Amino acid sequence: MLNCKQATALMSQRMDRKLGLAERMGLTLHLMMCGGCRNFGRQMHFLRESLRRLPGRDS
Amino acid sequence: MDDDAHNPDDADPPPGGNHLTGDMAALRRDMVKFARLQLRDEAAAEDAVQEAIAAALAGQRGFRSRSQLKTWVFGILKNKIVDIIRDRARMPNIQAALDEIADDAYDVLFKENGYWQPDARPAAWGDPEESFASRQFWAVFEACLTRLPENTARIFMMREMLELETQEICKELGITATNCWVVLHRARMGLRLCLEERWFDAERDNA
Repeated sequence: MLNCKQATALMSQRMDRKLGLAERMGLTLHLMMCGGCRNFGRQMHFLRESLRRLPGRDS
Repeated sequence: MDDDAHNPDDADPPPGGNHLTGDMAALRRDMVKFARLQLRDEAAAEDAVQEAIAAALAGQRGFRSRSQLKTWVFGILKNKIVDIIRDRARMPNIQAALDEIADDAYDVLFKENGYWQPDARPAAWGDPEESFASRQFWAVFEACLTRLPENTARIFMMREMLELETQEICKELGITATNCWVVLHRARMGLRLCLEERWFDAERDNA
């Protein structure tokens, strides 16, 4: 069973590589029970979106 | 206010005309800021911008909007920055990056069993578009990026701003994929915490 520390590492790696089946299943299971990690996952996407917008944003 | 207002969409810029050069002057400041974030070197940043502008002027063509122009010149700038990183020994140092943020730097966020400490459990950040619309948000965001240690930040920005694949970064830096993920993860943890403290916490207090 994944803990939050392991789940956050996987959610970061998910931004950089395709996770394996077991990793994805473990993560899905953990996220079903953990609202903190669900927020963390959304925040990872938020960071990516911010960095993509940073250069071209209309100032 | 609106740069396009006196510049109707259907009007082609005159050949070699002022349309692009004028906009370039306005863009230059943003370009230098972007290059400086990525290269952390004033002279190298100026070089990158200079070369990107020269390339943009040489290849100038009609643009229907300012944002289209901006996307295009930043595309050129990104390529220039990648070239500079590769050719001029502005390569981030992976060992330095691994040492900059300690292995246990973020352990305080978790309990002994690896679950979140109650006061560290991530809260919702709300609607991202709301933050993106705020000028102050971007000031905080840039400050947080700048606060990341240099080599960590530069590897992270190769991934997220220059949009290189992780494999390419590993290959360029001659490092293992695992080390690459470790550095990228620490960068995200650091940036997330900084935004949480300096933007989202403050916003909640004001709400």
